[in-house]
Amino acid sequence: MKNIKVLGTGCANCKTTLKLIEEMAKATGAEIQLEKIEDMQAIIGYGVMSTPGVVLDGKVVHAGGVPSRDKIFGWL
Amino acid sequence: MKKLIQSSPRGFLLIAAMLWFGLYKTLEPFSHVLVDALPLETGSHAYNALQFFFYDTPKVLLLLAGVVMLMGMINSYFTPERTRALLAGRREGVGNIMAALLGIVTPFCSCSAVPLFIGFVQAGVPLGVTFSFLISAPMVNEIALTLLFALFGWKIAALYLGLGLSIAIISGYIIGRLKMEAHLEDWVRNMPKVSAVHEGDTLTLSERIYAGFASVREIVGKVWLYVLAGIAIGAGIHGYVPQDFMASLMGKDAGWWSVPVSVLIGVPMYTNAAGIIPIVEALLAKGASLGTVLAFMMSVIALSLPEMVILRKVLKLRLIAVFVGVVATGIMLVGFIFNAVV
Repeated sequence: MKNIKVLGTGCANCKTTLKLIEEMAKATGAEIQLEKIEDMQAIIGYGVMSTPGVVLDGKVVHAGGVPSRDKIFGWL
Repeated sequence: MKKLIQSSPRGFLLIAAMLWFGLYKTLEPFSHVLVDALPLETGSHAYNALQFFFYDTPKVLLLLAGVVMLMGMINSYFTPERTRALLAGRREGVGNIMAALLGIVTPFCSCSAVPLFIGFVQAGVPLGVTFSFLISAPMVNEIALTLLFALFGWKIAALYLGLGLSIAIISGYIIGRLKMEAHLEDWVRNMPKVSAVHEGDTLTLSERIYAGFASVREIVGKVWLYVLAGIAIGAGIHGYVPQDFMASLMGKDAGWWSVPVSVLIGVPMYTNAAGIIPIVEALLAKGASLGTVLAFMMSVIALSLPEMVILRKVLKLRLIAVFVGVVATGIMLVGFIFNAVV
């Protein structure tokens, strides 16, 4: 099962990203473990410089702005 | 439309640009048509206010969409990683200038201020240089610039650009010289060093067009309500506040205190650039001095209480105070010099 972390401190874009991933996972039936990381030091630990960031199975796959549906689809 | 973008991105951009200009030209005549259809006396306060509103609202929204689209595409070239690679280890002076310039084209959102600040520091970007970036990024904002250009002409837009960059460069340089690295929060200084080396990511033109669209959806979607409110207020001032009303408060006749007070009022206020431009427009039309108004606008955009609260996580209070103090002073100087010279 894939592990997806959304890195963000609570701005609108971060919430939108989380919701979008949740919706698409449900729609495609993909099994994922979804986490929201709001702790600043943890976020910086991933080396991400603009939020929202997305970490897929430990690797940063997106940073900055809400990811497109196509991109999310590629992760699921 | 998707097929057109994929097969001929340049063709798409050309057609879009032509459509945009065509639409733009029809706005003023159309606003008159709209307001003439209402049972209002030509030249009355209500007439003037409404005509202003009918013209400015679609105009500002159309300009915003166009500029944000363009900037979204430019931003796709200048990611924070690339900017950081360009700034790491630069000498102060040159570094400050580059940082201020890069602040214009690198995408920046206040919520990312902290991760970005840390990322820069970890990779060896000098503190003063990082501050130049942090000052220029929100203030010298493509939205503010385009709207200033559209509403007041290129001279005022160029002035805002030049003065904004100067404040960013000089403030950042001064903060750098003050050697305040000790005033970073301890956990920040203890963070591991990071390499700034960045392999370029190559995006195709059609991917950049989509990045532009995403930018428009996100930014215009966030900002349009502020714009409407700002224009409504501007329309009210335009139509209802007597000419030269602002002259006594913010104009040539006002005392020297009008500049510092305007800047101080602006500090805790925060609106994005789009929302404040119509207010600026109305203030100027009613006799406020250009220097005072520009100072007010800069202080509203550049110094925002929410951003200071966020930065408190990485900066000790004294450094934040220095930051706000230096920038506010710079802005006030701009206001004074301007009023004296123009």
